[in-house]
Amino acid sequence: MTTKNVSVSTANLSTKQLMNEKKSAASIKNVFEKMVPAVLFLFAAVSVLTTIAILYTLITEAVHFFQRVSFTEFFTSTNLKPLSQNPSFGLLPLLSGTLLSTIIAMVVAGPIGLMAAIYLSEYASDRVRKLLKPMLELLAGIPTIVYGFFAFTFVTPLLRSIWPEIELTNILSPGLVMGIMIIPMVASLSEDAMNSVPNTMREGAYGLGATKLETAIKVVIPAAISGIVASFVLAISRAIGETMIVTIASGSTKNFSFDVTESMQTMTAYIVEVSSGDAAAGTTVYYSIYAVALTLFTMTFLMNLLAKKIARRFREEY
Amino acid sequence: MAVQTQLYAVPAIEKKESKNKNEVEKESIFETKSLNLWYGETQALKNIDLKIPEKSITAIIGPSGCGKSTFIKTLNRMVELIPSVQTKGDIHYKGSNILSKDYSAEALRTDVGMVFQKPNPFPKSIYDNVAYGPRIHGIKKKSILDDIVEKSLKDAFIWDEVKDRLKENAFGLSGGQQQRLCIARCLAIEPEVILMDEPTSALDPISTTKVEELIQSLKKQYSIVIVTHNMQQAARISDQTAFFLNGEVVEFGKTEELFTEPKDSRTMDYINGRFG
Amino acid sequence: MQYIDRLQVRKRINFRLRLNSILKYVFLGATLSGLVVLAILLIRTVSQGFAWIDWNFITGHLSMDPEKAGIMGAILGTFWLMLVVVFFTLFLGMGAAIYLELYAKKGRIHSLIQTNIANLAGVPSIVYGILGLTVFVRLMDFGSTVLAGGLTLSLLVLPIVIVSSQEALRAVPQTLGEASYGLGASKWQTIKSIILPTALPSILTGSILALSRAIGETAPLVVLGIPALLIPFPGGFMDRFTALPMQIYYWTLDAALVEEYANLAAASIIILLLMLFILNSIAIYIRNKFQHRF
Repeated sequence: MTTKNVSVSTANLSTKQLMNEKKSAASIKNVFEKMVPAVLFLFAAVSVLTTIAILYTLITEAVHFFQRVSFTEFFTSTNLKPLSQNPSFGLLPLLSGTLLSTIIAMVVAGPIGLMAAIYLSEYASDRVRKLLKPMLELLAGIPTIVYGFFAFTFVTPLLRSIWPEIELTNILSPGLVMGIMIIPMVASLSEDAMNSVPNTMREGAYGLGATKLETAIKVVIPAAISGIVASFVLAISRAIGETMIVTIASGSTKNFSFDVTESMQTMTAYIVEVSSGDAAAGTTVYYSIYAVALTLFTMTFLMNLLAKKIARRFREEY
Repeated sequence: MAVQTQLYAVPAIEKKESKNKNEVEKESIFETKSLNLWYGETQALKNIDLKIPEKSITAIIGPSGCGKSTFIKTLNRMVELIPSVQTKGDIHYKGSNILSKDYSAEALRTDVGMVFQKPNPFPKSIYDNVAYGPRIHGIKKKSILDDIVEKSLKDAFIWDEVKDRLKENAFGLSGGQQQRLCIARCLAIEPEVILMDEPTSALDPISTTKVEELIQSLKKQYSIVIVTHNMQQAARISDQTAFFLNGEVVEFGKTEELFTEPKDSRTMDYINGRFG
Repeated sequence: MQYIDRLQVRKRINFRLRLNSILKYVFLGATLSGLVVLAILLIRTVSQGFAWIDWNFITGHLSMDPEKAGIMGAILGTFWLMLVVVFFTLFLGMGAAIYLELYAKKGRIHSLIQTNIANLAGVPSIVYGILGLTVFVRLMDFGSTVLAGGLTLSLLVLPIVIVSSQEALRAVPQTLGEASYGLGASKWQTIKSIILPTALPSILTGSILALSRAIGETAPLVVLGIPALLIPFPGGFMDRFTALPMQIYYWTLDAALVEEYANLAAASIIILLLMLFILNSIAIYIRNKFQHRF
């Protein structure tokens, strides 16, 4: 013990001195310390700049478009003929395509996703859930271009063999495939909502002799309803913004129609078609993609906002 | 209960008594003057006036939530890490007010080291844990770092257990070893003061004994302030004790006096186990 | 007086129990249905494309002739994109996360940035394409180059990287930071040598997952005007390029004209999925091997 303490006192001076010598560089270090948060703030500001840039480009270019095409024409005309001699720029054909594909997708993803959520949250054992959930997430990890290929080369021929009236490109097939793609989104968000329903509520129902099914449908789902609705709204927003599946499998016919067997174009597919075509900068056609994109951005933004509002209400309940 | 306290306290005191008579004149290393502290709206420390003598062990005791942890975290300005904290009053360390804006918290913490409630080694090797402090203060030379690491680990009574595995991750050590490593890490920058925030509360009795022996041996070189919820521990190892209650110092004095003849009835109630 | 008819209740119980067990399997079926589709997709694609994958296909140049066409240019293009995306998102994402978690005072600016990041994550990828087209391709005049494509994809996945890095930083116990401050370390020293290294495995895992999202993206690249048939291999950031998903897209469209193109698309999908699989495996490996448990 004594020897140890001796070593302390002798070395004491040297280390302390060494450390003090280094303090001369302290003022440079201080400036650096103050600069770091400033630089990192700029990094964080990039995300805000991105939003500003998106809004700025969409709005300024869309303004050019609306100087040439009236609001009324854009939002009420059922004619979209951007490249004809006498062009017309009605949004409704694209809107009908987007709406229809979204509805079809939700008809698939809504019930299946919700049922999967019920199974995972109410019926599955921990082991099964831990196995199934990541597998379901795989669906969301497949690039959309792969789904597009699948819709075009497999689902459409399959549908045509059952229902020959279906056109080679149609809105039904990409809608269905899009539905499959967003199942995990609905399932995992709804499951989160159902999982956060306190177990005491379930026990209350079981204690009255309710089956798991009755508990799930009459107790858990009503309690988690805002979370479930929010997951649906987010899924709709996702479907509206989905691009490649519809671009590949639904063709580019600008029809104002609600016939699922027909080829139709969505807003996203229109943007792809025009921007990958030869529309020269400065033409009305070129500016039209900004007007469409602004509409698309606004729709998805409002949906996401709505989902957040609904979800927040659900969190307040417990 | 009172009897029990005596059983533990008395033997320790008897040894100290002779020593303490010569050491009454010790200079104070910390002096707080009407120190007040708020977490947002709630006041956690109220008008603390304490003189903490150097080269001795000062224990801070009191029930949970009495402000004892807050108090020692104020001594090295660790409380500043909590966003809503506000302080008022002075703390003099070796004569200068550490709560003033010009006093750098980094410089203060280089002089005033700290050991925490739960052992918190970095997810690095044993060697790198100890060398971390010297390195951030600019010591880069391998030979010097080697010396510092060895000396600090020896001073922390852990060298023999780890000398053959300095490159291994510190997480592989037992809880008691981790805590002694954390003390070694603190010694490596050769502080004047070591603050200890319930350093044995997460340890088993055998590890606790080892750490207590270590603390006793360190007092020759360092001024030690230790927060403890364990009154026997305070009685066993400390020279003077402060009893905190609801953010105030109820009583401060020589450990043996405070435990045998407390002046305040609340101190009496506490050391007799009536609350807390 | 008795309101509950025990006999009636007992009769109904059998029906209720049967309904419960039937629907249990219906729900299980729903859960599995997506997986069945996924299995069909994978089996079909592999069986269609596997025969087309040979050395020539992997290393060759693109060609109009399906028999001669090779995918190396697209693979290289995807690699170049990855370089740009890794560089920008890792620095920007980590930096932004450090700022938000460790420096920013919780106040209006903090919540503004945080809300903004959440909103950006919900913006359709094609909108990023339009942003890239306007800002990088035209305004900055990069043209349809690797840099323009990489920057566009970086902005697209940046919110994901920021959010996952924030979670990683939050998971580092506060006691580690306290220990470092207690030794007199400054804030940046503590972040640089304690907090960041501890969080790094999780940050990398999140970033690799975001990267795999980026290299599968097609829509923004189409909008940027990435060409369909590009013979030379890209060799730098300012070169024109094509990427795997782009090639899949064009070959799928061309399948209507020449059927073999569909097989080429399937073969390219196999390669793309293989790359994603490798990336994800690396991410999982890093998480399991290096993540500290506290």
